[in-house]
Amino acid sequence: MRARVRVWQAGLLLFLLLGWEVSVRLGWVDAFFFSKPSDIALRIVEWFRTGEIYTHLWVTLLETLLAFVIGTVLGVVMGLWLALMPTASAVLDPFIKAMNSIPRVILAPIFTLWFGLGMASKVALGVTLVFFVAFFNTYQGIKEVNPVVLANARMLGASGSQLLKHVYLPSAASWIFSSLRTSIGFAVIGAVVGEYMGAAKGLGYLISQAEGVFDTTGVFAGMVVLAAFVVFLDWVVSRVEARLLVWRPEPGREGGTV
Amino acid sequence: MRDHRSEPAIELKNITQRFGDYVAVKGVDLTAGSGEFLAIVGPTGCGKSTLLNIVAGLRPPAEGEVRIFGRPLSGLNREAGYLFQADSLLPWKTALANVMLGPVLRGTPEEEARERARAWLAKVGLAGFEDHYPHQLSGGMKKRVALAQVLILSPKILLMDEPFGALDVQTRQLMENELLALWQEDKKTVLFVTHDLEEAIALADRVVVFSAGPASRIVGDFEIDLPRPRDVAEIRLTEDFLKIHREIWRLLREEVMRAHAR
Repeated sequence: MRARVRVWQAGLLLFLLLGWEVSVRLGWVDAFFFSKPSDIALRIVEWFRTGEIYTHLWVTLLETLLAFVIGTVLGVVMGLWLALMPTASAVLDPFIKAMNSIPRVILAPIFTLWFGLGMASKVALGVTLVFFVAFFNTYQGIKEVNPVVLANARMLGASGSQLLKHVYLPSAASWIFSSLRTSIGFAVIGAVVGEYMGAAKGLGYLISQAEGVFDTTGVFAGMVVLAAFVVFLDWVVSRVEARLLVWRPEPGREGGTV
Repeated sequence: MRDHRSEPAIELKNITQRFGDYVAVKGVDLTAGSGEFLAIVGPTGCGKSTLLNIVAGLRPPAEGEVRIFGRPLSGLNREAGYLFQADSLLPWKTALANVMLGPVLRGTPEEEARERARAWLAKVGLAGFEDHYPHQLSGGMKKRVALAQVLILSPKILLMDEPFGALDVQTRQLMENELLALWQEDKKTVLFVTHDLEEAIALADRVVVFSAGPASRIVGDFEIDLPRPRDVAEIRLTEDFLKIHREIWRLLREEVMRAHAR
């Protein structure tokens, strides 16, 4: 089953790439607007051979990771706090919703103004995206704690901080982890959009430079590198998640395996 | 016979509980002697679980007084262990970690708690399952772990809310016999809630019948004078058992009918 899916996926990819390549070579579509896969591949190879790409990758990676870590920590702490303090939650609710409704792209120029053209403005943009994902998931995770498990832990003698350690956090962990995979994507978006709006380094900058001179090959090559970059980060997070959530039943295998 | 009436473990006086406008139980007086196995039966939705939660201190009553070994109850009942109807194990902890949780929470050193938990798991027949997570255990096994988790703290009062309701008949009778054997060892006060009259009679010293809700109250109180030790499967076939069953059922049936008429 798995192997067959892989074969189909590879086939589909090959078909699309070949179709693209052939259409351009036969002159059905204009290479100026669409470039072609072979050129894009060559460009990527060129980037890595000259080493030109590495500074950009490094800058984007660093911005992504900083935004991811800062946003997640802030979001989880806020989520815990508000979920366990109903009054604070009721007071802050409209503010949080209002802040989350702001399209972040609008913030990019103002962050550039506040934090300059360097990394700080990109990290700030990423944090505004990551924070809310982590926050809402943590909040929901705490709210969804099984009341029977909670009552049981209390009867067994758990104090407030013990409940946090033994019940709330482990219970919210699966929510927080699923949020991490979304968060890493958002952190990348924050970094790249920030770079795109104004920077001197990074993948977003690279793509925006290419666009500036109508270099479609460069734009597509940048997109491919970016996609591979995100897939890699997502894979790392999912590995960590699998390691930390061993207690979770596999879907469809709940109960009575012995 | 037993002089468990001298110092009551649980005393409920004129207990009323409301959820918003809904009155769940109204004016309940109930006393359970120290070491007594008391079963509460009644139709579904008659506020049996509500009463257990009051005794556990999880939700204080709207009106009335709760006394535990003569002292008014405030906050959680530290003398009580609670076996819940639904799955109550912490799914992110192994069987062993679940059983040792109570002692660990109460400050027992990790190693000592681990050894005691191991012994308790063996006692409920689950040696070798220490490292299994709850989702890897069957329904009956989960109940055993939950039982060990509660009993390791040696509570003086054991509150049980239809603990075996979700199990198949064979597993259930097995668990009931094991419960009786464990109870026979140190005679805890047991408050056992069930809607199954046969189970109640087979296990208990005394059966209390609740009326259909809302505003449930106690409508019957029966001493079960059957010899111990009992085998829950065999005792159901004796003439004495059937006589008691007929007597209580006459009362319970009306309440069940009333609950259904609603």
